[in-house]
Amino acid sequence: MTLQLDRPVPGERTPPGAGPTIRLSWRSRLHRFEGRSAPYVYVAPFFLVFAAFGLFPLLYTAYISLHRYKLGSSMTWIGLDNYTWLFTNDAFYNALWKTVTIGVLSTVPQLLIALGLAHLLNYRLRGRTFLRVAMLMPYATSVAAATLVFALIFGRDAGIVNGLLGLVGVDPVDWRNGDWTAQIAISVIVIWRWTGYNALIYLAGMQSISSDLYEAAALDGANRWQQFRHVTLPGLRPTILFTIVVSTIGASQLFGEPLLFGGGQANGGPVGQYQTLGLFMYQQGWQFGQLGRAATVAWVTFLLIIGLVLLNTRLSKMRKS
Amino acid sequence: MTASVAVFPRSRSRPQDRAGVPTYVVLGLVAVAFVAPFYYMLVAASRPMAEMNTFPPPLLPGPDLWKNVATAVRSQNIGLALGNSLVVSGIITISTALFCTLAGYAFAKMRFRGRDTLFAITLGTMMIPPSLSVVPLYTIMADLGLAGSLSSVVLPSLVAAFGVFFMRQYLSQSLPDELLEAARMDGATSLRTFWSVVLPIARPGMAVLGMLTFMTAWNDFFWPVITLNSTNPTVQVALNNLGSGYVPDTAVIMAGTLVGTLPVLVVFVLLGRQIVGGIIAGAVKG
Repeated sequence: MTLQLDRPVPGERTPPGAGPTIRLSWRSRLHRFEGRSAPYVYVAPFFLVFAAFGLFPLLYTAYISLHRYKLGSSMTWIGLDNYTWLFTNDAFYNALWKTVTIGVLSTVPQLLIALGLAHLLNYRLRGRTFLRVAMLMPYATSVAAATLVFALIFGRDAGIVNGLLGLVGVDPVDWRNGDWTAQIAISVIVIWRWTGYNALIYLAGMQSISSDLYEAAALDGANRWQQFRHVTLPGLRPTILFTIVVSTIGASQLFGEPLLFGGGQANGGPVGQYQTLGLFMYQQGWQFGQLGRAATVAWVTFLLIIGLVLLNTRLSKMRKS
Repeated sequence: MTASVAVFPRSRSRPQDRAGVPTYVVLGLVAVAFVAPFYYMLVAASRPMAEMNTFPPPLLPGPDLWKNVATAVRSQNIGLALGNSLVVSGIITISTALFCTLAGYAFAKMRFRGRDTLFAITLGTMMIPPSLSVVPLYTIMADLGLAGSLSSVVLPSLVAAFGVFFMRQYLSQSLPDELLEAARMDGATSLRTFWSVVLPIARPGMAVLGMLTFMTAWNDFFWPVITLNSTNPTVQVALNNLGSGYVPDTAVIMAGTLVGTLPVLVVFVLLGRQIVGGIIAGAVKG
């Protein structure tokens, strides 16, 4: 039995001496190659998907922006005509301005409230988990759902907001058709959806600040407010910068809120009073069928975002030094 | 003093002081403001439109919920939309969790040339809003014959920079180097190590990333609205069509919104704690 089993199978027989060592070193070399190439293989899916559906389209956007490109037809080179069209177009400046104002109206209160909430959530609380989950519920809601509900809440004839204002003697406001009122209503939607999320981000930042710092400040006689100003805020600096950058980018992308607040119209209100850049691009591309112009809007928006982010980091570096 | 430090070694945050009544009042009011719109959605979805046009609005849900849901489902293909959203979000979630763990593991625990540059690039891509690429994406998908198909929604979202970052954070904290060393001593190949050592440890992090990804995918709006049409919509596309209708019956719109939001809300109420923990964990080193 044993003899039979031990007997080598003729085909697999290796020559004595060199055979095993060659096989071993070949295997180990393969092993080493596998080990060395593995990390690249592991990160490859991300970079492939990004190259195909992120980077390439982004560059292609720049290329398309130099063409007349109508929905359903082919591209014709027109140089910088789209840019001339864009920079002499009042609707573009309107959209740019509305993006900025709605961006400020939604981002500034959002981050300030979030900071306050995080401070409160950082106390020892009963029902902590419940409160945190409640804070984050709006974040789980889609833009579409949130906007449809708030369109009702801000209704002119029967909206709750007008009802409540009526209780204190304010006449009904036509939120949707006003200029600033529509922008405020849209900002409220954004604030509702994102404040809790940012509060949790701040809370995480606050919890990573060493308690020694607070104790030292307390020993120096700093009261709570002084501790907040001189320990919490400096400790949160990187987090705050991060949320400002993220919210700024988000604000530059507002699309679903103004679209559905206007009942699915891409014009952003009768006089474009809440037409953001995202909505303007959508209108050019998919309502007017001018994909070349839409690409121009997208590319200019992208450059603006890069400029803003650079400005942001530059400013924060300047303040640091 | 020393005793209390010993008893609470993990008390890292300051305002250790208990919250006072005003704190509870403020947080309670904010919580109500955050949750109230959902309740309003339910009330408005369950009553005839005329009843919502009064002030103060009715406080309790009415009897028309099923009727309104049925109307909404009939008018906008919401049944199909729910199925489509489930398929799209499911595929995106699985693929994101897997690929992001692979990349996150490489960035966290492996040494290779160009690692830091590649990781910096990964972080940088988070700054690029995907909606800026919709024009060429639209063209590319048309060229691939995928315009209007679910694949056109899935493909660009198969993996996400945030997930790579998240899993790198997670694995660099929870995966001990000794374990990888031991696997190497045993002669395990890299893939084998990944499969039997890294994956089991990564699982809790992948679960959190999966929930976040599912929510994001379910709620994705801009690109699906552009690429899909009303015959084969996802939930968000169906809601967009519902809200853009020419006969705005708010009760039906709210019923559709409720149906489209419910799946995510259920996930969220059941697993909200873990999601909150995941967001906080992902933010700390951000």
